This record gives sequence, structure tokens and C-alpha cells, in this order.
Amino acid sequence: MALLLRNARFIDPQVGLDEVCDMLIRDGRIVEVGHDLDMPKGVERDLSGKVVVPGLVDIHVHLRDPGYEYKEDIASGTRAAAHGGFTDICCMANTRPVVDDGAIVSYIVQRAKEVGKCRVHVAGACTKGLKGETLAEMGDMVARGAVAFTDDGRGVQGAGMMRRAMDYAAQFDRVVMSHCQDEDIVGAGQVNEGVASTRLGLQGWPAAGEEIQIQRDIEIARLTGCPLHIQHLTTAHGIDIVRRAKAEGIAVTCEVTPHHMFLTEDDIGDDYNTNLKVNPPLRTKEDAQALIDAVADGTVDCIVTDHAPHADFEKDREFEEAPFGMTGIETSLGLVLTHLVRPGIISWNRMIELMAVNPRAILRLEPVRFEPGSVADLTVIDPDVGWTVSCDDFLSKANNSGFIGAELTGRATDVYVAGYSTMEDGAIIESH
Amino acid sequence: MAFNHRNLIDITEYSADDLMLMLRTAERFRSVNERRVKKLPTLRGYTVVNMFNEPSTRTRSSFEIAEKRLSCDTLNFGGSSTSTVKGESLTDTVRTLCSYKIDLIVVRDKHAGVPRKVADVSGVHVIDAGDGKHQHPTQALLDLYTIWQKFGHIEGLNVGIVGDINHSRVCGSLIPALRTLGAHVTIVAPATLRPARPEVLGVEHATARLDEALPDLDVVYMLRIQRERLEGAPYPSLREYNMLYGLTEEREKLMRPDAIVCHPGPINRGVELDSFMADHPERSAILDQVYAGVLVRMAAMYLLLGGSDDGLTA
Amino acid sequence: MADTARIKSVVMNADEIERALTRMAHQILEKNKGAQGIALVGIVTRGDTLACRLAKKIKEIEGVDVPLGQLDISFYRDDFAIHLSPEVLSTKIPFSIDDVNIVLVDDVLFTGRTIRAALDALMDIGRPRTVQLAVLVDRGHRELPIRADYVGKNVPSASNENVRVFLQEVDGRSEVEIIALEQGKRAGSAPLGGE
Repeated sequence: MALLLRNARFIDPQVGLDEVCDMLIRDGRIVEVGHDLDMPKGVERDLSGKVVVPGLVDIHVHLRDPGYEYKEDIASGTRAAAHGGFTDICCMANTRPVVDDGAIVSYIVQRAKEVGKCRVHVAGACTKGLKGETLAEMGDMVARGAVAFTDDGRGVQGAGMMRRAMDYAAQFDRVVMSHCQDEDIVGAGQVNEGVASTRLGLQGWPAAGEEIQIQRDIEIARLTGCPLHIQHLTTAHGIDIVRRAKAEGIAVTCEVTPHHMFLTEDDIGDDYNTNLKVNPPLRTKEDAQALIDAVADGTVDCIVTDHAPHADFEKDREFEEAPFGMTGIETSLGLVLTHLVRPGIISWNRMIELMAVNPRAILRLEPVRFEPGSVADLTVIDPDVGWTVSCDDFLSKANNSGFIGAELTGRATDVYVAGYSTMEDGAIIESH
Repeated sequence: MAFNHRNLIDITEYSADDLMLMLRTAERFRSVNERRVKKLPTLRGYTVVNMFNEPSTRTRSSFEIAEKRLSCDTLNFGGSSTSTVKGESLTDTVRTLCSYKIDLIVVRDKHAGVPRKVADVSGVHVIDAGDGKHQHPTQALLDLYTIWQKFGHIEGLNVGIVGDINHSRVCGSLIPALRTLGAHVTIVAPATLRPARPEVLGVEHATARLDEALPDLDVVYMLRIQRERLEGAPYPSLREYNMLYGLTEEREKLMRPDAIVCHPGPINRGVELDSFMADHPERSAILDQVYAGVLVRMAAMYLLLGGSDDGLTA
Repeated sequence: MADTARIKSVVMNADEIERALTRMAHQILEKNKGAQGIALVGIVTRGDTLACRLAKKIKEIEGVDVPLGQLDISFYRDDFAIHLSPEVLSTKIPFSIDDVNIVLVDDVLFTGRTIRAALDALMDIGRPRTVQLAVLVDRGHRELPIRADYVGKNVPSASNENVRVFLQEVDGRSEVEIIALEQGKRAGSAPLGGE
């Protein structure tokens, strides 16, 4: 089966490509990138006006399956991912049961093959039951395909436990991803400690509660040599800590989310919109700006969504009783294009590094490069289409986006995984 | 002077004129409360729901008295029978209540932000009777009334609030309202009992030293130390709290001759307030505050229900 | 409202008001056989001024100071939501009304609803022996079975007209005017007097 994509602007900083040309794909791999390509038979698509980039990867997604399928499941979550322009996602371990042994990894891998609309990579837990007490069976999980370890949803509270997890994980050449939250200082914190907590009369979630563990885990990375990835970093000082560690040569990477860049604590009004209750919380304007600066200057390695779907009835509660998290996988690309690429804060090349190249490198996945022989995972983007974020448009089961009503420019129209379309012209392709 | 508020939820939405209208209206109800027939037919036919999702004796009693004196029909809803305890969502509970065709909901809840949500879901008038550690606007009004009655004005007064500011919904309303009316606000507390950014509320001066603050204050507002809320111990002992922050007979000597003492109640005698101060015949305004509570709550209901155009017609 | 309302005619001037009040004072004394046991209670904001003038006249005639009070009926209105008065009015009756012959004083008697409210307010304060009603103007259009005992002047009016009393002490001039209302405006909702 052959596929010829014509007249699109193909961009791949890995091979220094940025031009309007054609791409020929056969048997899931790129055969040729060039001008006026021909093929004897197959499917041909004219993508004039579109931008084609290596398939986007979101390495921080909650699929909620198994255990919380009413919020999201592998079928709906991967459709939402494809709809958002992603070819690959990495799902977190805080399911029920927790992904802390090989059987659960196998279930997700198998289920994703059956019903999925993108590649699903599984992050296993660092500790059994995310309890921070004993090591999870990392070796078994790696054998069944786990690509990383994290207790995401919680921080590993004990420094000794974190040290054991990273010491042990180092043997598998897998990154340990850290959700940084010192529970003793954060307590039942609801919103950023400062203006928001004072104004809203809610318990504060101080920046230090995150920064303490960022610094701690960097020291443990230095001690153990295990690669460390700081998840959903939210503060200006946290960014500085990572920047300094990188300068020292410590193997640390980090990620930020669109909501921490494009929303702030000031957006939580007196209607106590629970969709804006996220963990870590929305921070100050200055913090958000520091994240954007760090995305531009290269300190931040990737943009992720921390897509955290919840049922409407769960979010329709008192702020303090509502669960943390917002969805993001269907708005991430549009937000990044609108707020970072269009205004020229970052280039297309940088966007591709943040959303396609670096995430694969962090998870040790096979790279996607626009050159012959590479796997044909592609995202096709209409950079000029204007759209409004609306629940009606979501393929996720959940509606808890903090960006409902946002006017965005640019979104994915087509996605190819191994040469097969998962989405064409904005519609999910259910069968080939 | 127009009064255009549907709800009393966020006191920062009230201008100085609005607040003074509340106080002057409360004053009009005083004579009613001092005669034999302590009742007005004003709100006859209106139905008020007291939705107290958190235990409260004083605030609830005060609202009930105010409602009865204005002749409304009242429904007390909440306590241990709260539907939320049975798993019903707040939205469903409020919709259920609205099916009874009610006019006003008085909401007390341990969660911040609930009164606004109740207002949004119900569409009827809402009075916040205390939400989490966010606001407690009628408490602020009764405090303002008490201070106004004592001094004849509020502008320019130095008000010091002493104690657990961080867990105090009273402060969330009282401090901004005092600022709206031109008073100066000092808070006296260790950092463990202060909010992260007191200036957001309007605090101009924060100190941990009561003895230094006292000589400048016209109003010394002592907050209750909420023992039940303070696990994790932001102070070492009640004994030490009294030593550093208690208003004692000794400290009374530091006060201005005409300075008064307020307290939202109930008092922990011997902790934040010695009996000498609580019962001080000239300085203690604590029982005046309780009385003012009925007046300002009558005023709030009268103005909210009468100030809009959906009232009963002749 | 004042911009669009049109004065139709002046039905009483300052002298006529004075003469009417003098006559009413005599009638009050005659009916009560002197000033003993009577008290005047004016309904704010013009009834109380009229009550004050009547008290002076009674003093001139009988040499007696009759107790004088003022009554704010805003909390007793059956239409308070429309007539919410943010003005700070108050009831001041510094004497017991129990067993007293109360002369309730108002400027204009119209539907009778204000008087109904005033009677309720009085009953909550005490138990007068009798309540009599004195009004400067009776303009008709009663909606309740209420009549005045003492009337300064009967002024037949149409429902699309308003009758307004102006008094020197409050308004800087004394006059009773008939004012034509805009189409569709109900007289009862006029901000001043009206009833």
C-alpha cells in the first residue's frame, strides 16, 4: 500500500527540512521526500496549504483505563489524542488497579492494539499502589513494554524511597518521571498559595511544595545517575533549578503544560470554576511567563497536556471537593500554535522539538525523521484555520477543559500512524 | 440612592454607599426590636430557606430571629440530614429546594464559593452566611454596625484584628468592608495564622506584636482560636497563645481610653480574651454585636428582596 | 418623571392650605371635646409636617401641647418591593399610644392602602382608644373601605392624574397641584405623595 502526500510544507528540524514538496510512503515507512514525486498506484492526497510534521507525542496523559472508564477509556482517549493531532501518547499509572505489574501493562498494550487510534506507551508506577512504600515490579513491566516510571498523581514522599526507585530503574535505561509535590507542605492545598488562596479563601498550594522535590530529585539523579524527567513544572524558580542542573550536566529533562503557560491563578474567579482546579495549581502571571521563556530558550524539553478527564458530575461540585485536573489533548496543539508559534515566540522547528522529537527521545522511542526508512508517523496541520474550543467538538468522554470558548488558530486535520490515517480532514478513520 | 444587589455574597461588590444604606436600614429596625410586638409584616408571603450545611448555632439563630421578625416563612434545611451527606450533589439539592418556589436562600457551607454556586443554580436571592474560610458578609455588617454605633463614624478608625486571620471567613469580608468605608486595618498574628497575601484583603499593616499595636487601635477585634480546625498546631499551646495574643487585664492598660473590644463569638475565655475584657462594661461590644446581627440581617433581607423588581406586587 | 409630568392646575395655594388646617384643628377639638387625651401622628414624609402644623394650631386655640409623633409605614406596605424606600425614614412616637385618641395625619388620601398600612403599624405599637384620620386632600379612587374624619379639601381627580402636596418646610413652597401623568403611568407609583 502506497501513499503520496503532495504539495505540503514538510518540516523536520532533525534533517533540516522545511519546504513545500511531496512525500512517498510505502508499507508504513517513508520512501522518498522530494519534488514532483510519482507512484504507479496507491492513494494520493493533495495537502496544499498544510504543514506536515513528525507525529506529535504527548508523554503525559491519563487514559483512566482500567478502573475509571466512565471518565475516559482507551478507545475514547486515543480518539481524542488523534483528534488533537497526536500519533503517540504515554499514559500514567494511576489507574485502578495501579499499573504496578506486568499484567496491567499487557492489558493496556493489548487493548490499545484492539481499539486504539494512536500508539499507546505505558508508564509504570515507581512504587506499588503509588503508596511510596515498596518498589513496583519494574523489570516485569519493562518486559511487557513499559517505557518509563512514575507515581504521577502523587510525589514520592520519602527521599530514600525515591533514591531506591531511581537506583533500581537505572538498570533498565528508563527515565523516572517525577510529579513533584511535598505532601507535608502542600497538605490539602487547592490553589496557588498567594493572591488566589487569600482572595478565594482556599488552602494554598505553595510553589515551594513543588520546588523542594524538584531540587531533591535532581540531587538524587546526581547521586544515582538515573535519568530524571520533571513533570508539569509550574514555577519560575522551579525552571531555574532545572536550568542550573542541566548546566551542571545532570541527566534531567522537564515538561510544561499549556494550561500552566496560558492560564494563571487570576483566571479563577468568584465562580470557583472547578475546571481550573489542577495539580500543580495555576500559578502567577510571572510564573506562566517564565515557563514560556523557558520553552523558547530550550530549558523546557517538551510540552505535554496532563490530560486528566473527569465526569461532569465529579467537577460539578464544591471547589474543594472536586478532583484536580483538566483535559488537554484536543486543545494542546491549537493553543501552542496560537500563543507560541503564530506570535513568533517559538519557531515551527522548536514546536516540533517540543512536541515530537524530544518526547520520543525521553521515552527512548524510535525517532520519526523525514528521510527514507523512517516510520511514517505524521501530523498534518492546517495552520490558518480558526476555531472555537467547545465541548461539542471533543472526542474525549470528558468536558473538563479550562479553555472552553477560547478562539484558536491552527489545528491538526490529518494524522498518519505507520502510513495509515487515523484522522482525515478532522474526522477519525474507524477502519481501513 | 439606588440599591441594585440581588445577593449578599461578596462584600467587595458593595460600595461605601451600599454599606451605609445597609447600616442605616438596620438602624430603622432597632425600634421594632425594642417594642412589645417585635414583628413587621414586611416579608409576609416570602419563603426563606436556611441552608446550613455546616453546624452553626449563633448565625442560624440570628437569621431565624430576623426572618421571623419580618414575617417570612422559613425552612431550615441542613444539619445532619443534609442531602449532600447522602451523596446528592449541591446542584441537585438546590434544584430540589427551588421546586418549592422559594425567594431567598441563606447559605452556610464549609466550602468556599458555595453561595455563588447556589445563586447561579437557583436564580433566587442568596445571602452568604459563611462559606469555608472565604467570606461571612453579614458578620462584617454587624461588626460595622457596632463600630458605627460606638464611634458615630467608621472612616479614619484604626481597627486591629488579632488571631487566626488565615482561617477566618470573618476577615475575608470585614477587612475589605472596613477599607471600603475608609478605616485602617492592622492584623496581629504570627505568620502561621496569617493568609499568604493579607494585602489582597486590604490589610495595611501586619505585625506579630500585640503590645506594640494596641496603643494605636480604636477597635481591637479578637478572633476566636478555632481549636477544632487547628490540627498541625500553628501555635504551641493555648497557654502561650494567651501569653502572646490574649487580651488580658494587663494589656487593657495599653488601650486607648475609648477603644472597644469586639469578638465574633463564641469566646474562649482565658485564651484570646480574659473574662475581665469580655465583660468590661465600657470596652466590650460583644453583646452589641450579637444584637446588631439581628438588625443587619433584617436589613439585608429587606433590601435584597425589596431592591429587585421580582417582589410581590400590590 | 418631573420632566415629563405636566402641571394641570393649582388646587390650593398656601393661604388656602392654612385656612383648611385651621378648620380641621377646630373640627378635631370639637369632635374630641377638647385636646385632652388626643395625640397627632403624621405619616412621613408630609403627613408629619402637617401634623406639626395642626399641633401648633391646637396650641393656639386651646393652649395645650398635644403629643406629636411620626410614623414610617414603609415596612408595612403591601407593595414594598415596588416602593422600597432607601431614604432613611423612621417612626418616632415618644409616648404611649395605649388608650389615646390618635389622629392620624396624611397629605393625600387616595387608594387607602397607605392608611391601611399605617393602621397596622399603629396596632403593633400599642392599643389606641380610637384612631381618626385627617387628610389635607381627598382625591377619591378608594380601593379599601377607608374614609377620612377630617378633610381639608375634596379634589376630584382622574386616575391618570396625580395630586401632589408641597409644603414650605419640606419643599420650600406650599401648594397642592394636579399633575397630568404620562400615558400608562399609574398614579400610585409616583414618588411623592400620591396616595
